[in-house]
Amino acid sequence: MVGLIFDSLRDPGTPVAARRQAPGAATAARPPAPAPGREAGTVRFESVSKTYRSAAGPVQALDRVDLAIPAGAIFGIIGRSGAGKSSLLRTVNRLEAPTSGRVLVDGAPIDALDTDGLVALRRRIGMIFQHFNLLAAKTVRQNVALPLTVAGVPRRDIGPRVAEALRLVGLEDKADTYPSRLSGGQKQRVGIARALVSDPEILLCDEATSALDPETTLAILDLLRDINRRLGITIILITHEMSVIREICSDVVVLEGGRVVETGPVWRVFGAPEHPTTRALLEPLTRGLPSDLAARLQPQPAPGGWAILRITCAGQAAPDLSSLAGAGAPVRLLQAGIERIQGRAVGRMLVAVPAEDPAEDPSTEARLRALGDVERVGYVPADAAVG
Amino acid sequence: MSPQMIERLWQAFLDTALMVGVSAGIAVLAGIPLALFLVTSGPGGIFPAPTANRVVGTVVNGFRAVPFIVLLVALIPFTRLVAGTTIGVWAAIVPLSVSATPFFARIAEVSLREVDAGLIEAAQSIGCRRRHILAHVLLPEALPGIVAGFTITVVAMIGASAMAGAVGAGGLGDVAIRYGYQRFDTTVMVVVIAILIALVCVVQFAGDTAVRRLRAR
Repeated sequence: MVGLIFDSLRDPGTPVAARRQAPGAATAARPPAPAPGREAGTVRFESVSKTYRSAAGPVQALDRVDLAIPAGAIFGIIGRSGAGKSSLLRTVNRLEAPTSGRVLVDGAPIDALDTDGLVALRRRIGMIFQHFNLLAAKTVRQNVALPLTVAGVPRRDIGPRVAEALRLVGLEDKADTYPSRLSGGQKQRVGIARALVSDPEILLCDEATSALDPETTLAILDLLRDINRRLGITIILITHEMSVIREICSDVVVLEGGRVVETGPVWRVFGAPEHPTTRALLEPLTRGLPSDLAARLQPQPAPGGWAILRITCAGQAAPDLSSLAGAGAPVRLLQAGIERIQGRAVGRMLVAVPAEDPAEDPSTEARLRALGDVERVGYVPADAAVG
Repeated sequence: MSPQMIERLWQAFLDTALMVGVSAGIAVLAGIPLALFLVTSGPGGIFPAPTANRVVGTVVNGFRAVPFIVLLVALIPFTRLVAGTTIGVWAAIVPLSVSATPFFARIAEVSLREVDAGLIEAAQSIGCRRRHILAHVLLPEALPGIVAGFTITVVAMIGASAMAGAVGAGGLGDVAIRYGYQRFDTTVMVVVIAILIALVCVVQFAGDTAVRRLRAR
């Protein structure tokens, strides 16, 4: 029900720019017509570089970034602070212009747009911010209406669209409140309503949940996921919280020093991170070796001791635990954290097997390999693993 | 006090009110565009014009550097050109406006600069043109600070208007100098001071109330 009006505005037969062209905005030149069909809602970066001049000399914020973001994706950009996340996001609606390379939105390059073209482009791309950036002097209704007001949409059309956007984010009762009276989560909902009211095909989220508490963060992420599913909007978000990526993203790119160091579906990047930066960023989400075992870890097996094995699951739909049991040596479960991301089991298990065994009984490890990659962490004395 | 003196004080009050009122109106009409120019034409502003920005900034500082009593005299040829006379209330309004405009512009500039750059970025991201940013972001968001700055300007102008007697404009300050000081009439001096204090208090109260209402949103 909530999505009905948005859905009806999204008549697939009408070119995106045409249905957005308000009668009063006839003077606004249209951007290069978005390529019809598959390319609407896509973003492509072609060798995008950005260099800032600072007092301390030039700073390379982006270094030849090549990346394609498919329509309808929830695409996460993650990296340490200063990795270039914000710069990359801001090249999409040209709040920042690349020093070299080009950005294509809906398959059309945006680097040569004039002012009218740029304004039209930005009306097709919503954006929300860490600090919400709502106008304090305007009510919630006026804030959400602003994109339509400045686009010259007739007043009688603005009211229903603002009401619809506020209903979508669950704030219809706050329309005449000033933003200063709202909580952080409510402010971000207003930000989302403002970004969606002009019916964009892409939504940029700049650390949109970083100023929110964990509970509110989950609620906002739910809302974004819902918007992505119902309205088919491509969402590009930057965050320094891996948990945000894990929660809603379909794909992720890891930036380090302005370069793409790793990219792929979230289940693969999280399940089997290849780059040290990715591993470091994932560290807070992964449990290391428990301290009591780490204290007694030794490189050689002790008589009667245990071998500690780490099993990394990435890619299977559902690991079969029966391979842990069965005939042969005992397998003790020490620690496990398995999550289901995009329908795949991702995580790690720590198990102990009798230390003398593996050489003579390779079948134990072979059994475990059915669960995922097996890696020998080390050995502990007889009493350490299982008390 | 004689009835004539009371009549004289009333006339002086009206003169002061007229001088300050008209000059303050001109200071707002000219000062806000000037402040917007100073804020938006700097490097990284939405209408970047660094050279013009430096030139205008220097001119503004120049006017601010000249003491009002000097400006009053130095501007006499300009005053004759604009007001058609060099004596009286209207002759005082010209230099008062010329003095108050850069003063108010600098104060309004501070408030405009304090508008969060994130708001401008958000406005750009929703497809605002530059004029929309002026009308929907910069001015409304800076309004409480601008009103507070306007209050300061009016109070400063009430003070400056005391010197307008030098061009025969009259006003409360003029009465205090001519009767209170030069004729040793302490009563007139005290009454004028009391009126000025009351006037400034009323202006300040009105300004503070307006700012509080604006900030309460």
